[in-house]
Amino acid sequence: MIRLITRRAALSALTLLLLSMVVFAGGQLLPGDVGRSILGPLADARAVAALNHQLGTDAPPVWMYLRWIGHLLRGDMGLSYAYRSPVAPFIVHALGKSAALAAITAVTVVPLAIGGGIIAALNRDKWPDKLITLGGLSLTVVPEFVSGILLILVFGVWLRWLPISANTRPGTGVLEQLRHLILPALPLVLILFGYIARIARAGMIEALEADYTRTARLKGLTRRTVIFRHVLRNALLPTITVVAAQTSYLLGGLVVVETLFRYQGIGSLILTAARGKDYPMMEAGILTVGLAYIISAVVADMLVALLDPRNRAATQ
Amino acid sequence: MNRLLAPGFLTGLFVVLFWVLCALFGPWLEPFDPYKDDLMNALAPPSAAHWFGTDQIGRDIFSRIIAGARPILSVAPAATLLATLCGTSLGLITGYAGGWVDAVLSRLIEVILALPLIVVALLVLVALGPSSLNVTIVIALVFTPIIARTVRSAVIGECKLDYVPAAALRDEGALHIMFVEILPNILPPILVEVTVRLGYAIFTVASLSFLGFGVQPPSPDWGLTIAENYGLIVGGYGWTVGFAALATASLVVGVNLVAEGLQDAVR
Repeated sequence: MIRLITRRAALSALTLLLLSMVVFAGGQLLPGDVGRSILGPLADARAVAALNHQLGTDAPPVWMYLRWIGHLLRGDMGLSYAYRSPVAPFIVHALGKSAALAAITAVTVVPLAIGGGIIAALNRDKWPDKLITLGGLSLTVVPEFVSGILLILVFGVWLRWLPISANTRPGTGVLEQLRHLILPALPLVLILFGYIARIARAGMIEALEADYTRTARLKGLTRRTVIFRHVLRNALLPTITVVAAQTSYLLGGLVVVETLFRYQGIGSLILTAARGKDYPMMEAGILTVGLAYIISAVVADMLVALLDPRNRAATQ
Repeated sequence: MNRLLAPGFLTGLFVVLFWVLCALFGPWLEPFDPYKDDLMNALAPPSAAHWFGTDQIGRDIFSRIIAGARPILSVAPAATLLATLCGTSLGLITGYAGGWVDAVLSRLIEVILALPLIVVALLVLVALGPSSLNVTIVIALVFTPIIARTVRSAVIGECKLDYVPAAALRDEGALHIMFVEILPNILPPILVEVTVRLGYAIFTVASLSFLGFGVQPPSPDWGLTIAENYGLIVGGYGWTVGFAALATASLVVGVNLVAEGLQDAVR
């Protein structure tokens, strides 16, 4: 068990290291001349050189990378080119807002999709199964801004059930704030539903056909008891891994959804920084997103290891 | 083969073919010039003359929807094709040769999967500048290792069959074995992977256009149309974005239904 955790942590650290290199290469090396890319093609060469010197972007790449990593490790994410102030507070604030949106999405989609997957598995190859499987899979490929627009048109403009802006005035109650986040969360729910439901369905079918299920049934237990006590526990383990793997889609979806609903989360922060060529802000935002994904993957693996009775037996 | 006649697959195929025809023969189908403004007629609701209404500067939305099939159906398939060529070659080599390339590849995929595709694309497009060509390259770059992984596992399966060592005993070269002996046998899983990737490519191209990092104005691209007009929803001008959203949704769902059908048929 401990060896498993150490190995997993080491692999994650390696991934994170490679990720930081990719982000650094994309943010600092690909643009070539950072000063030139900020000031534009018409700027004076001396001004460009001066800006590069001021930003420290005239140093050799390896040195720049090491300095950047060194600062990051001490919690210093650098200065934003656009705001001339430290990046970290912006990231923290945006992360909080995105976490709220992501939490609402997760709380909605996980039970819904697992329930859908279970219903599909219990009605295998009948119409509820076909509806959930094919419908869910079709929804997973519709881009968030497309489903978002259609949802806004139906629920915001036509039926007028939900507010179409994610933002509320300061001092708004928590419930009202939540109501403003329903419409932004829905496109993310639609994207994730199909994936999670598919895995839950597959896990259920495998567990339903397993020997221990047949044994339990032959022992004379009712179908209900067998499903709740034996099937569900085994079926839902792989689902945890998939839920964690979907974090990446969720975080990518945040960029689009936050833009569509003008919500100031980490996704819209990265996009604004990207549009304004605010490289330190963009790099810090992207690295945060990558870190969030890696952490959720590790947590999911640990959870599976803890919950799987076979692993538990091995440690005792 | 009967599974290919399933209603889902046929519906998907029909929808995709419809948009492909629009992309190929758009200029002959459009009732109006999709780029021609008509300021006296701006933001007109759907009518007998303008079926889908007009946009902020009076361009006919119906014509722009038809014309919008072309940008997305050139960039997304081009990126998928490029990724398929590179990914298949890479997968064949790593699957057949194996060794350390294998370890590098799986680590690379892990890093790529740790970042949302949209974010990777943004990172590169900020540096290279937004354009259709750069979008194609970025998507191909990200998809290459993913396709390579699928091909690689198929190749490893094939290598266990007798015909591969038999070819080696005949003194065939490695390239011959990879591309002439193995490749034809693993075409079905590659085909499935390619259709699935095509769906994601369309998804990504559309999202990037919406974010302003894809095709640039005045292109009639659907994602771009939504980006330019979604501020008007509050004013009640829903038709400026609604039809573009429906068009995008129908195309991605169509491609996905085809991919699902192929997957069932191969299984």
